[in-house]
Amino acid sequence: MDKSPPPIDALYPYAHSADQDAARPAHHPVIVVGAGPVGLVLALDLAQRGTPVLVLDDQQGPGEGSRAICFAKRTLEIADRQGVGRRLVEKGVVWSVGKVFHGHDKVFEFNLLPQEGHRNPAFINLQQPYFESYLVEAIRAAQADGAPIEIRGGNTVTGIEPRADNVLVTVETPDGPYRLEAAWLAACDGARSALRGMLGLGFEGRVFEDNFLIADVRMTADFPTERWFWFDPPFDGAGQSALLHKQPDDVWRIDFQLGWDIDRAAELDPAKVRARVDAMLGADVSYDLVWTSIYTFQCRRMAEFRHGRVLFAGDAAHLVSPFGARGANSGIQDADNLAWKLDLVTRGLAPEALLDSYAEERGAAADENILNSTRATDFLTPKSPAASLFRDAVLDLARRHPFARVLINSGRLSLPSVYDGLSLTGPDELNGPPETRPGAPAVDAPLAQGFLLDRLKGRFTVLAIDAQIPDLTQLPGIPLERLTLTTSRDDPTGALRARYLGGAPAALYLVRPDQHVVARWRDATPGMIESALSAAIAKGA
Amino acid sequence: MALTDTPNIPDPDGFYDELLAAHAGLSAGQTHALNARLVLILANHIGDRDVLRAALATARAGAEGTR
Ligand SMILES: Cc1cc2nc3c(=O)[nH]c(=O)nc-3n(C[C@H](O)[C@H](O)[C@H](O)COP(=O)(O)OP(=O)(O)OC[C@H]3O[C@@H](n4cnc5c(N)ncnc54)[C@H](O)[C@@H]3O)c2cc1C
Repeated sequence: MDKSPPPIDALYPYAHSADQDAARPAHHPVIVVGAGPVGLVLALDLAQRGTPVLVLDDQQGPGEGSRAICFAKRTLEIADRQGVGRRLVEKGVVWSVGKVFHGHDKVFEFNLLPQEGHRNPAFINLQQPYFESYLVEAIRAAQADGAPIEIRGGNTVTGIEPRADNVLVTVETPDGPYRLEAAWLAACDGARSALRGMLGLGFEGRVFEDNFLIADVRMTADFPTERWFWFDPPFDGAGQSALLHKQPDDVWRIDFQLGWDIDRAAELDPAKVRARVDAMLGADVSYDLVWTSIYTFQCRRMAEFRHGRVLFAGDAAHLVSPFGARGANSGIQDADNLAWKLDLVTRGLAPEALLDSYAEERGAAADENILNSTRATDFLTPKSPAASLFRDAVLDLARRHPFARVLINSGRLSLPSVYDGLSLTGPDELNGPPETRPGAPAVDAPLAQGFLLDRLKGRFTVLAIDAQIPDLTQLPGIPLERLTLTTSRDDPTGALRARYLGGAPAALYLVRPDQHVVARWRDATPGMIESALSAAIAKGA
Repeated sequence: MALTDTPNIPDPDGFYDELLAAHAGLSAGQTHALNARLVLILANHIGDRDVLRAALATARAGAEGTR
C-alpha cells in the first residue's frame, strides 16, 4: 500500500491569470469559492457535464490536519459517478467491528457487515486531504481531456457585489487584487464563510459547551481495525468520552472529550497530549503525534441557502457536530444536488426556479442532520441530572439487553436524505418497497454485469423493470436516458426485485441526474412520465 | 391504542409490595438508577409510541401540578 503522507501543499499553486490583466472583469458562467471537499465535488461535476467552472481558493492545497476521516456510502457512490470512487475505497480503511465501553467494561460490540449487493461499504476511513487530492487529480485529468475547469490557488475572495444578471467579486492575490464576474456563484467557503459575512447573512443555531482534543498518532502497534468508543473512559485525564479509530498509513484518530472550562494552549502542549495518549494506549506503545487540535462544535444553518445568484453549500450553509460524520458527507450531497441543477439552468434548459429546489431539499437535509447530530451530542454530554441518569441506565442495561443497545447514541452514521413530499418529488403509484420511494436515492443492486448505480450516469433516466418504456414525444428539451432491465436476465441475486418491485410484477421509475427517484409507477402513460419530468426541472407542471 | 388508566394490575397490593421490595435497602441514588432502568424496560415492552407519549404527558402533568 502507498505509505506517502497526505499531500499538503501546492496542489494548486498560485499562478498569474490573464483575467488579472483584463480591462473589464472577465465573465464566468459559474464560479465556485472554496476548494474544500464540497467545492471540488461540485466543480468536477459541473465540468464533467460540460459547464465551464472556475474554482477560487485562498490556500494552495488541502491544508493541515486529517479533519474528516469517515466517508459514507452515499459519498462513495457519488464519487463513483465522478470516477474517483475506486481510488477512495482502495486507499481507505474499511472497518466493521465497533466496541462500546463504559469505564473498564465492554458494554457491547457490533459488526456492521457490508450490506449484500452494494458495490460500496457503509463507509471508509480516509484522511480528508487524500479525498481532496484525489478530486484535484480527477480535475486535472478532466482538464487534460478538455473539460472546462480551472482551479486558482492563492485567490482570496474579499468582496462581493450581487447584481441582477451576475455577481461581481473582488479577488486578492499575491499580484494584487482583480475582479471577476459570475453568472452564478457557489459559496463553498467553509464554516467561517467570508461570503456569508460579506452579505450580512445570519447563521443561527446552538453552540455546545464542550471541547474535544484530537490526537492523530502513527503507530505500528497491533490494535485491531475497529472503532472503540468509551463512555467515562478509565484512563487518566481522558475526560468524559474517548474514541480510537483507524485511518490509512498506520494512523489512528484519538479523541478525548475535555469539557468546557479548559486552557486550550495548555491542553495542546505535546507533553500533556502524550501523557493522555500514554494512559490510553499503555506506556510501552511507541507512536508519533501526527496532528493535534482542539475543536468545539456548533449546530447551525443559514435560513436560506439561495440568495439570488449566490448559492451556499457545505459548511458555509450548515454546521453539525462531528458525531455521525455528517459534515463533509452532507456537504457532498449538497454538491451532488446542486451540480445538475446549475448545469441545466446555465444552459437555459430549466428555469431559475429549479435552484430554489436546491435550497428546499438541502435545507430539509440540513434540518435532519442537525437533529441527528444534536441528539447524539445530548447523549454524549448529558446536560441535566435526568439525562445522566438515563444515559447510565441505558449503558448499564445494554450489557445484557439488546433493546437498550439501540438507545446508545455515539453518533448515527450519515445516511442520505429522502426528499419526501418536496417540490420536485413526483407520484408513487407502485406500492413498491419504501427504500426506493420517490425522493429516495436509488439503492444499488448487482446486475448480471456490474451494478445498477453504474447505469444511472448522471442524466435523467427512465428505468423499466419487466416493463416497456412508452414512446415519449413531449419531452421538455432535456437529455433523457432509457434503461430497460428484466429480472429474468439482469437480476442474478434477486436484489433488483426486492429493492425495486417488492410484490409488484413490473415497474417504471423516473430517476434524476443525482440518482434520486422522482416518481414510480406500475404502468405509466407518456403524459404521466413527461409531466413528472417537467415538474422535476421546475417547469410549471 | 390509548393509555390504560383504569385498574389493570391483578392483585394491586401484591404488586405494590414487590415494587417496594425491589428498592429495599437502596440509597437514594441507587433507587433513582433502578427507576430509570425500570422506565426503559417497561417502555421497550410497551413499544407503542402513542401510548408512551401519553404516559409521559400524564407523568409530566403530575410534576407541573396541573392534574
Ligand atoms: C475534527 C473534525 C473531524 C471531522 N470528521 C468528519 C467526518 O468523519 N466525516 C465528515 O463527513 N465530516 C467530518 N468533519 C467535517 C468536515 O471536515 C467538513 O464538513 C468539511 O470540510 C466541509 O467541507 P467544505 O468544502 O464545505 O468546507 P471546507 O473544507 O472548510 O473548505 C472551504 C474552503 O474554502 C476556502 N476559503 C475560505 N474562505 C475563502 C475565501 N474568502 N476565498 C477563497 N477561498 C476561501 C478554504 O481555504 C477552504 O479550502 C470533521 C471536521 C473536523 C474539524
